[in-house]
Amino acid sequence: MSTSAKTTPTTVTDPTEFATYAINAKMTTEEKIHILAEMVRVRRFEEAAFEQYQKGKMGGFLHLYNGQESVAIGQISLLGQNDHIITAYRDHAHALGVGMNMNECMAELYGKITGCSKGKGGSMHFFDPEKNYWGGHGIVGGQTPLGAGLAFHLKINGQKGCCLCYLGDGAVNQGAFHEALNLAGLMDLPVIYVIENNGYSMGTSQVRSSAWKNCLAYRADGYDIVWDMINGWDIYEVRAKTQIAIDRAHNESRPTVIEVSTYRYHGHSVADANAKKYRSEDEIKRFECEFDPIKVWRDRLYTEGVLTEDRYKQIDKAAKEEAKASVLFADESAYPTVEDITKDVYWEVDNDTIAGRTGRHFFND
Amino acid sequence: MRQITYREAIREALDEELANDKNVILMGEEVAQYNGAYKVTQGLWEKWGDSRVMDMPISEAGFIGMGIGASMLGTRPVMELMFWSFAYVAFDQIINNAASVRYMSGGKINCPIVIRGPANGGTSVGATHSHTPENFIANTPGLKVVCPATAYDAKGLMKSAIRDNDPVYVMESTVLYGELGDVPDNADLPNGELLIPLGVADIKREGTDISLIAHGRSVIVCLQAAEILQNEHGISAEVVDLRSIRPLDEETILESVRKTNRAIYVEENKPFCGVGSQIVSMIQEKAFDDLDAPVLRISAIDAPAFYSPPVEKMQLPYASQVVDKVLTICEPAYA
Repeated sequence: MSTSAKTTPTTVTDPTEFATYAINAKMTTEEKIHILAEMVRVRRFEEAAFEQYQKGKMGGFLHLYNGQESVAIGQISLLGQNDHIITAYRDHAHALGVGMNMNECMAELYGKITGCSKGKGGSMHFFDPEKNYWGGHGIVGGQTPLGAGLAFHLKINGQKGCCLCYLGDGAVNQGAFHEALNLAGLMDLPVIYVIENNGYSMGTSQVRSSAWKNCLAYRADGYDIVWDMINGWDIYEVRAKTQIAIDRAHNESRPTVIEVSTYRYHGHSVADANAKKYRSEDEIKRFECEFDPIKVWRDRLYTEGVLTEDRYKQIDKAAKEEAKASVLFADESAYPTVEDITKDVYWEVDNDTIAGRTGRHFFND
Repeated sequence: MRQITYREAIREALDEELANDKNVILMGEEVAQYNGAYKVTQGLWEKWGDSRVMDMPISEAGFIGMGIGASMLGTRPVMELMFWSFAYVAFDQIINNAASVRYMSGGKINCPIVIRGPANGGTSVGATHSHTPENFIANTPGLKVVCPATAYDAKGLMKSAIRDNDPVYVMESTVLYGELGDVPDNADLPNGELLIPLGVADIKREGTDISLIAHGRSVIVCLQAAEILQNEHGISAEVVDLRSIRPLDEETILESVRKTNRAIYVEENKPFCGVGSQIVSMIQEKAFDDLDAPVLRISAIDAPAFYSPPVEKMQLPYASQVVDKVLTICEPAYA
């Protein structure tokens, strides 16, 4: 049995094909550049985070998204007021993409009180409900019924919207995902399951972890859910095909499963063995050279004549400075205190209601 | 006073809360068209329709997770588990997601859900259907758990649970569903409705010689035992019903123990790390000087639930067992 990933594209997308789709054809130059800038921001943020992680500034895990940026950023660029997103633990890009700032994200990685979850969530658990961002979930597949629930709320309240629910290729084997698919198909939920297929379920390649016919998304057929596949490194294709799913959710209240081929450069978490154990350096280098989503999109914008090298340098410089400033912010922020441990457990207690003051809620001395 | 069954009391609570808040919905297996596997939701689908009372597939992790997700946006789902024993296939949702999402988001999200259903043994349905997970739930910060023993408490606690903005897990009893109890008409209540706050215990019978402390159906067992103790042994037992396990009313327990100086905890939970363990620990810590005897416990016999009907009855607490235990630490007034 081969141990390599199955994410190698068989053909490189015709760069002109998806560019002509209405959702892409109407993009302004600034919108195109904004997507590039957002991807660069994510890359530079995570590079800075990695550097600080290696210096011992953070605890636990750090699951980096390097190489996958076009998926979250491309899709988030399509979302409107009633569209929601929820993802698993590789959640930094989605957070920055919806508009959370680098400072609160870096501070959360550090476990500081100024972090987006006040230091209670860490890398895997970023949230910002005001920006329709519902996490950041640590248990593989555990977020998939929640995504159905966000869509369910929209549906029963007659709101035209959808939920983009992300999962990795490893999560397709979790029971919760299949239960969620059944509910989505059965109840006509406006949810889009996005399988970010980076080829590796932690350190186990797709061929060693999943049984499938044609592709992973094909499993949706069994639930009468429309599915599609996307070359994740092509922003035009990501946007074009995702928009079709969003329209289906908005107009027909029907779910979609999308499998996006993508690739991560780092290990599952940065501490894992990566190329020393389950894949080759050459494989990683090949993806970095040929399918890096930032390079692919940048070069396309050069070709289209909408981006200059100077502009790109400015974008890159600004992202690096923003990331550097977030490190400084996190370094200078205070840690939470022991008193903070029992806050944010119960809404009624936090809000000092009669219910929150009745009976003992905590069993410390 | 008007008498209705425990089952009807829960149904009234659900019906009233469906009327009270349009965000409240009922979800579960067989709750709508079939009228509820134990008829708790009988008539509610007919009255409220598909948009408020919804049948779910046998897919506990899926639909409970869906309810949790919807609650983050403001839906208030009341989700029925046909048996609490089925919670175990949905534990990631019930424990990880419901209890932690508020915490891990730094308080940005809350999860106003209710999960309800029977959690009891004693009906010969075997080990897989007879679990009493109130101790598991109470062990998890972020969750609340209540175990009503009477129709009155079932109604009042259910209504409060639905209005609570945190996850509240209500553990009922199939053995109690048909039991009648006094439940006032709303018209006879000063506030027009019956709301019992979570975190308030109830003295179900006053006494002076020993405190029998319990939750759920064991409260009924204690009341039977108290009657025998009074009639046959001249011992005055006080019966304290926790009603709510988390939040917990420690003061009512301690006040009772300080008065009687003796206590036994009675529960269907298994002994190891059961609810009684927590209560006994608390009593010895806070009322040590008031005790005239060790605080004892009666739990289910420590093994998976037995199937054979007459044997299973002996696995769970019963009145004469409680009486015998009391007599080991209380002097009878007349032999």
